Amino acid sequence: MIHIRNLTKRFGDVLAVDDLTLDVAEGEIFGFLGPNGAGKTTTIRMLTALIAPTRGTAQVNGHTLGEDDRRIRQSVGLLTEAPGLYENLSAAYNLRVYAALYGVADAERQIQKYLSMLGLWERRDDPAGTFSKGMKQKLALARALLHEPPVLFLDEPTAALDPEAAHLVRDFIAELRREGRTIFLCTHNLTEAERLCDRVAVFRTRLLVVDTPINLRRGPFGRQVVFHLAEDAAPFVAPVRALPFVDACEAVENKLVLTLDDPEQYNPEIVRRLVALGADIRFVGELRRSLEDVYLRLVHAQNPDL
Amino acid sequence: MLKILIYKEWAEVFKNRLVLFTVIFLPLLLGILPLVMLGTMGNVTGESSLNDIPPSALAMCPPALSAGECVQVYLLSQFVLMFMLIPLVIPVSIAAYSIVGEKRVRSLEPLLATPITTWELILAKALAAVIPAVVASWAAFLLFAIGGVAMAASPAVVRAFLHPMWLLAVVVGGPLLALLSVSLALMVSSRVNDPRVAEQLAGVVAVPLLALLFGQMSGFLVLNRNLVLVFLLVLALLDAVMLYFTVRVFDRENILTRWR
Ligand SMILES: Nc1ncnc2c1ncn2[C@@H]1O[C@H](COP(=O)(O)OP(=O)(O)OP(=O)(O)O)[C@@H](O)[C@H]1O
Ligand SMILES: [Mg+2]
Repeated sequence: MIHIRNLTKRFGDVLAVDDLTLDVAEGEIFGFLGPNGAGKTTTIRMLTALIAPTRGTAQVNGHTLGEDDRRIRQSVGLLTEAPGLYENLSAAYNLRVYAALYGVADAERQIQKYLSMLGLWERRDDPAGTFSKGMKQKLALARALLHEPPVLFLDEPTAALDPEAAHLVRDFIAELRREGRTIFLCTHNLTEAERLCDRVAVFRTRLLVVDTPINLRRGPFGRQVVFHLAEDAAPFVAPVRALPFVDACEAVENKLVLTLDDPEQYNPEIVRRLVALGADIRFVGELRRSLEDVYLRLVHAQNPDL
Repeated sequence: MLKILIYKEWAEVFKNRLVLFTVIFLPLLLGILPLVMLGTMGNVTGESSLNDIPPSALAMCPPALSAGECVQVYLLSQFVLMFMLIPLVIPVSIAAYSIVGEKRVRSLEPLLATPITTWELILAKALAAVIPAVVASWAAFLLFAIGGVAMAASPAVVRAFLHPMWLLAVVVGGPLLALLSVSLALMVSSRVNDPRVAEQLAGVVAVPLLALLFGQMSGFLVLNRNLVLVFLLVLALLDAVMLYFTVRVFDRENILTRWR
């Protein structure tokens, strides 16, 4: 659905996106994670044919960037960072303008469909300027969907929303995936990415990693196993660390925290070793890393002074 | 699609009081003011005011008319020209405010993400500014013409100042001039970071055209009836060229990424 090859964008001296190569499959919710200024919005703008890449190319929905820009625009929906509504116009009229621009055949029905789905039908005749932030965001989402685009780009859809509104928008996005749409979701909300996305990319000017949220939580830094001992764990650190397959080992009171890339294979050996050293093992468990932890490590590893 | 876009522009722009004022009161004022002037001038019609008229204009006065009638014809004709120039001023504020509005609510990005072509966008914005300006100036002209007819010294004066060529100038020249200033305003706005600067710059560009008006009024330069056709032709050509360039220099990327 989206095939990105060596996409690069430079603004004068600022390198905003560097050599991005990425594929997003049909029907996938793809999370694009990155800190402020990472180049997420710039990437979306290139993929929606709003700005031209400095180098590289992409195919969206079978159309090539720079060759079929109008077809790309016709076949994607974009939720921009700012809702960008006409504040003096009613909610319905805002949508009517866009239905006309996209050449939607059944404009009024589509407008009713999405306004009702998002709970705005009762307020359809009110000026968009009188809406709350959450309502504006929902209206902008309706606007991006009127022409039933198979590919949807969402730039931080729940930023600046209260938890309830954010929850509603997330449920709605999940609903859209069930309809088989491909969704490219920019966010810096990790819980959101974990709950919604099939795969996530961590991005900061360059692509740092792409994987499923579950795999990401496990590695790329290895998995962590905790051995709970009956006694103080400190004396066991040195001998355990000496084992060749142990990447890291530290003691926290009577717990020994180890980093391994394959606990299933190495745990029995470690248990034997600890018992031989005279430890009383109460239980062994895996420490589940949060996506946030992984994200922060990735982002910081690239730029340590942050 | 164009229609719905134009309505959208109006709904947004006319919420601005200043714009509304410019479109409604300015033409109204300019419709009535000349009549008032004419009314007061009528009392002093004579050899003295005849001296103020450039000889070239007097030469154009039909020989059958008296000196007093000539003065009236001259004054009325000058004002007719002014109505052609009202639509030059009004639409600049509409065009500039329509862009200020888009910038303020950041609506240009979703708009440019639609399959709309730059032509359609520019045309919609241009028409949205030109139409009200033209309608307003025509209404003002109608007011002026009715008053002029009522105050004219003789039917010959009416025939002279409502000459088909002058009417053509107002009816056709007005819209052409409006289009010219709007495309200028749009072109400048699309190249400048701050829309307010754009409005001022577009205003500056309109100065030479206003100079033409004052030149005409002071008798420095006389646009006579025979020149009207040539003038209109040149205007139409200029419009086409300007519109073409406005579309060509409309740099979507620059507008999107710089206006924040
Ligand atoms: N028009 C521009 N001119 C110069 N630099 C720009 C321009 N647009 C973006 N940048 C720079 O490119 C980088 C990426 O910006 P971008 O808006 O894509 O980040 P983002 O990931 O969307 O950030 P945020 O989370 O804050 O929305 C930033 O360093 C930004 O300053
Ligand atoms: Mg952004």
